[in-house]
Amino acid sequence: MRQRSLDCVYELACRDPRVVFVGSDLGPGTLDQMKTEMPDRFYMEGVSEQAIVGLAAGLAMEGHIPYVNTIAPFFTRRAFEQVAVDLCLHQLPVRLIANGGGLVYAPLGPTHLAIEDIAALRSIPNMTIVAPCDAEEMSRFMPCTLDWPGPIYIRLGKGVDAVVSRPEDGFAIGRAIIRGTPGEVLIVTTGIGLRGALEAASDLAREGLGCGIIHMHTLKPFDRRAVLDNLQGVRLLVTLEEHTLAGGLGSMVLETIADAGTTVWPRVLRLGVPDVFPKEYGTQESMMDTFQLSATHVVSAVRSRMSELRH
Amino acid sequence: MVMTLAAPTRLSEAAPPLDERSLYLRRLVIEALEGGGRGHHGSSMSLIEILRVLYDDVLRYRPTEPKWADRDRFILSKGHGCLAQYALLADKGFIPRSELREFCRKTSILGGHPEAGKVPGVEASTGALGHGLPIGVGMALSARMRKQSHRVFVVMGDGECDEGSVWEAALIAGKHRLSNLATMVDYNKLQSYGTTREVQDLEPFVDKWRAFNFAVREVDGHDVRALRAVLRSLPFDPDRPSAVICHTVKGKGFPFAEHNATWHHRSKVTPDDVVRMYACVGGRA
Repeated sequence: MRQRSLDCVYELACRDPRVVFVGSDLGPGTLDQMKTEMPDRFYMEGVSEQAIVGLAAGLAMEGHIPYVNTIAPFFTRRAFEQVAVDLCLHQLPVRLIANGGGLVYAPLGPTHLAIEDIAALRSIPNMTIVAPCDAEEMSRFMPCTLDWPGPIYIRLGKGVDAVVSRPEDGFAIGRAIIRGTPGEVLIVTTGIGLRGALEAASDLAREGLGCGIIHMHTLKPFDRRAVLDNLQGVRLLVTLEEHTLAGGLGSMVLETIADAGTTVWPRVLRLGVPDVFPKEYGTQESMMDTFQLSATHVVSAVRSRMSELRH
Repeated sequence: MVMTLAAPTRLSEAAPPLDERSLYLRRLVIEALEGGGRGHHGSSMSLIEILRVLYDDVLRYRPTEPKWADRDRFILSKGHGCLAQYALLADKGFIPRSELREFCRKTSILGGHPEAGKVPGVEASTGALGHGLPIGVGMALSARMRKQSHRVFVVMGDGECDEGSVWEAALIAGKHRLSNLATMVDYNKLQSYGTTREVQDLEPFVDKWRAFNFAVREVDGHDVRALRAVLRSLPFDPDRPSAVICHTVKGKGFPFAEHNATWHHRSKVTPDDVVRMYACVGGRA
């Protein structure tokens, strides 16, 4: 997904002279073709995320569309004020390509995890937050970024995530994609969570349990209608996110239902990262297991809750 | 070169008395302070001559066409000094003078820090410190990319130079040899708590900018002629960004406020304060 996002930047740069790339000391060879063919629109700066976000703001004020790339928490933790003030307050079309959304950098430890990025950024007016589920969806999404007003935070999953998106679903910023089979269970997820949700839904279907899925690839603006229109007949609402439970997707779903004045709620099961800094390393997958976010955990958690509901 | 504290003192002592235009611009600031009942007094008064010379003699702009493509970009990165910029914007016709009295009021366009999109002539919303130079670097890169001839000016405070983002941006500007970028520091040597020497010493300040690949000049920031000569000679080096260290006096022109940290910001300007301030600048206009 990460490589595809950069490939897309190059393709967009080829067709739109407004596109500029700004990196913060990324790996060798990053966007070499763009560097060679469009050297005046390729900037690889040092480890200086605050200044780079500000620099991108200055470029955008002059009519460019900067795509800025670094590791997710270096945008959201280190440069939060620049993101809020320089980009969001000025409503500038800067695109933040954030490597390592969620638990991708599990082996690198808590300094590199992005598990509160959505909560932090969704609190800023004018911000758009998108978490595609795979490389193919990334390809459909990136052209939408050219003329979208205001900043976009692009939350990347891992380098080689399995492709689970379908071309026929297309992509529109702010419009969720409905998957699965409507039934007693509804899973709302985002980013690469879709893969686990689809696997879980498939397992649950074999047990005769209908399970709808909302792939909320855009966290902001939030597709409230997608949630409210798909609650009919749902007894268990599951939210699944590679993110802290404080203020992320689960919170957004519950806020949406509460704000709509809903009187009869389904039971709710929020799956996400608890309020801790992870103490282990390992892999993204092993950490997903630790926090019980993998498909098998989703299935057993749903099975258990549905059993409670039936008795 | 290692700069000693004697240098700024000597420069200040050489400054000629404020002329009528400088007094007039200070009266405009007082109008806003009185209207809003608050404001950054000392931080604005140290800036007046720097902005006066920029707007009178250096910057290219069109007040009736604030977004004119060929204008020089000017960012007041020390946004808390906005009263000085508002005075110049009113003087040049970007905003009506009557707006000054609305300063900080509920529906005014003039807040305690300047906002782009609200105030004609304000390029970027500043106030949080350390943001202007990175933005200016982006603007200067853009101009170079597009082979445009306009220049980018960023005015910062000395306390602001405590921010890491300033030096990140300075590294980038130096690396790209942005000769179309000029940064000026209002070096009044007094930040909110106390002197810069006590709170966060910046010396050797000139050497720091030189080390970041800037071409540096020092000037008395209240000496209009000297400022004019220095700013008209930009860029100082055709292959490097420029830095102008402007030695200034916080609260300049108001003996009770000069070098006085309690006049950095006044959250309640009293009628007596207003009388005292006007007495220093030749009375109400």
